[in-house]
Amino acid sequence: MSEFLQQLLNGLSLGAIYALIALGYTMVYGVLRFINFAHSDVFMVGAFIGYYLGKLVPEGTLWGGLLVLSGAMIGCALLGMFIERVVYRPLRHGPTLNVLITAIGVSLLLEYTGQIVFGAAPRTFPQIFPTANYHVGSLTISSNQVFVIGVAILLMIALQLIVFKTKIGTAMRAVSLNPKAAQLVGVNNNVVISFTFGLGSALAAAGGILYAMNYPSIDPLMGVMPGLKAFVAAILGGIGNIPGAALGGLLLGTVETFIGGSQFSTYKDAIAFAILIVILLFKPAGLLGKFTIEKV
Amino acid sequence: MKLASRLLLTLAVLALALRAQDTIKVGEYASLTGKEASFGQQSHKGLTLAIEELNAAGGVLGKKIELITEDNQTKPGESATAVKKLISRDKVVALIGEVASGRSLEAAPIAQAAKIPMIAPAATNPKVTQTGNYIFRVCFIDPFQGTVMAKFAQTDLKAKKVAVLSSVSNAYSVGLAKFFKETFTANGGIIVSEKNFSEGDKDFRAQLTAVKAAGADAVFVPSYYTEAALIARQARDLGINVPFFGGDGWVADQLLEIGGEALNGCYYSTHFSPENQDPVVQTFVKKFKARWGANENPDAFAALGYDAAYVLVDAIKRAGSTEGPKLRNALALTKNFAGVTGVTNIDANRDASKPAAIIAIKNGKLEFLKTVAP
Repeated sequence: MSEFLQQLLNGLSLGAIYALIALGYTMVYGVLRFINFAHSDVFMVGAFIGYYLGKLVPEGTLWGGLLVLSGAMIGCALLGMFIERVVYRPLRHGPTLNVLITAIGVSLLLEYTGQIVFGAAPRTFPQIFPTANYHVGSLTISSNQVFVIGVAILLMIALQLIVFKTKIGTAMRAVSLNPKAAQLVGVNNNVVISFTFGLGSALAAAGGILYAMNYPSIDPLMGVMPGLKAFVAAILGGIGNIPGAALGGLLLGTVETFIGGSQFSTYKDAIAFAILIVILLFKPAGLLGKFTIEKV
Repeated sequence: MKLASRLLLTLAVLALALRAQDTIKVGEYASLTGKEASFGQQSHKGLTLAIEELNAAGGVLGKKIELITEDNQTKPGESATAVKKLISRDKVVALIGEVASGRSLEAAPIAQAAKIPMIAPAATNPKVTQTGNYIFRVCFIDPFQGTVMAKFAQTDLKAKKVAVLSSVSNAYSVGLAKFFKETFTANGGIIVSEKNFSEGDKDFRAQLTAVKAAGADAVFVPSYYTEAALIARQARDLGINVPFFGGDGWVADQLLEIGGEALNGCYYSTHFSPENQDPVVQTFVKKFKARWGANENPDAFAALGYDAAYVLVDAIKRAGSTEGPKLRNALALTKNFAGVTGVTNIDANRDASKPAAIIAIKNGKLEFLKTVAP
C-alpha cells in the first residue's frame, strides 16, 4: 500500500510537469490550430535561464528561488512572443503545413543554437529552493515533489482565471472560436495571439525550472523527450482543451511511473504510448475533447 | 597568365600530396560533446598527450603521427559515419575509440571490413572485440569487472540481497548487469529486484520505489555517470540509504558534481586511479597537468587513451609498416607492454587482462580503496 502511494506521488509530480508543458501546446493549438513544436525547446531555454539566474542569487532560499522562477518565466514569455512575431505571424495566412514545418525548424534552431551558446555537455542545475524530506508513515516526500505539484496547481488555477475571468481571456476564447468574427467585433487578434504565446511559454519555463529542480542535469536537448510526452498528454486530454491537457499530463506521468516500478520497467514508454493509442481508438478527440465547447 | 595559375595550382596540389605522405594518420572518434562528453574529452586529452610526446621524440618510422579526431556527439549512429569518413577520406592507418561499448560496436564492423586495426581504449563489453580480428582493446572486460564487483558486494559490503538497476538501451550496462548477476547468484547472493530504464531517462523514482520495497542491502547500478548520479540523488530523496555501486561508467568529474552528497558511501570499479602513488602513475598525472592545466585531473579514460596510443605506435614499430594486415599481426603480439594503467598483454581474444581499482566516495571525495588483480 505504501509503495502504491509513493508511486502515485512520484507519478503526480512527474505528471504535473508534463501538464504544464502540455498547456502551452494546447493553448496555441486552441487559437491557431497548429502544433508549436518549438515549445519543448522554450522549456529547455527556461531551464537554462534558471541555471544562469540561479548563480546570481544565494542557493536554497525561497525568495531567490521565486526570483529565478519568475525571471525564467518572463524571459521565456518574451522569447515565445518574439518567435511568434518573427516566424509564425508572416505565415499566418499560409497553409497550416507550412507553419508546422517552420515550427520544427524553429525547434531545431533553438536546440542547436543552444548547443553552441550553452555547450553540448550536461550542466548541473543549482538547488535554487530550500530542500527537505518529510516522512509521513512509510512515505517519503521530498519538498521538491510537493513544490512541483503545488506550483503546477497554482499556475493552472491562475490560467483558468485568466482564460475565464479576464477580458483578454474572453478575447482568447473568441479568437479560438472564430478568428474572423472576433476581429469583426473589435478583438485585436495579433495582441491575443502574442499573449497566448507569452502565457504558454511562461508555463513552459516554469515546467523547465521544476523539471531541472527534480532532475538536476540539463542540456540543450533536454526538452525533446518531455516535449514529446507533453504533446502526447495534450492529445490524450483532447487538444485545445485546458483541463484536458492537465488531466492528460497527470495521467501519463502516473501510468509511466507505475509501469516503471513494475516488472515491465523495460517497456515503460512502449506501454505508456500503447495505452494512448487504445484511448484514442475509443475516444478519437481525447478524453475531454469535443464534448466541451470552451476552447482557448 | 592562365598557364601560370594552373601550374601554381598543380604545384600546390603536389605539395599537399607530398605533405600528406609525410605523416602517419591515426583516426580517433570520441564523444567530445553531448551526454558522455567527459568520456571523450578525457580519452582525447590522454591520446593527444601521447601523440605529442611521441612526435617530440621523433615520431615513428621516421614520420610524424597525425591525429585526426571526429566527434560523435554521444549520439547513436554518428560513430559509424565518423569512422567511415576517417577510413575513406582521411585514409587513416588505424583507429582509436571509443570509451563506450555501444559506440565501439557501431564502428567495429566498419573497421573490420576495411581491414583497419581499431583499438578501443575503454570499451569493456566482450562483444566489441568479438566483431573480428582487427578489433583490439587495452582494458579489462566486463565479465571480469562484474566478478570483481560481485565479490566486493559479498565480502566488503556484506550484502546478501542486491537490487540491480540497468539501462536497457546501453550495451555496456546490459552486459555488466548480466555478468554481475551470474557471479553474485553463483556465490549464494540473491537479486531481490531488477529494474530497467532507457538512456536519457531522468526520472528513476518509480524504479527506486520498487527497489526500496524489495529491501535490498545494496544497489548495483552499471550505468554511465549522469544516470548514476541522478539515481543516487533520487534514491536518497526517497529515503534509500544503502550503498550504491557501479563500474567504470561512473568515472567522470560530473558524477560528484551532479550527485553531490547523495553519493557518499558509494563505490565503483575502474581501470586506473590518479591517487595511486605508483611513480609511473604520478609522472603521468604531472605530464597531463602540465599539458592541460593544473585543474585538469586525468581519469581512467585519459590514462587508457594514452596507453592506447603507445600500444599502437609500439606495434607500428615492430611491424615496420602501417599496412593493415601487418599492423594487425603486430598488435596481436603485444606482450608485457608497460603503460600507466599497468601491463598490457593482448590475449587470443584481442582483450587485455588488467587489474581493477575500487574507488570509494567519502565526504564528496574519491578515495582509492584497493586493487583487484585479474
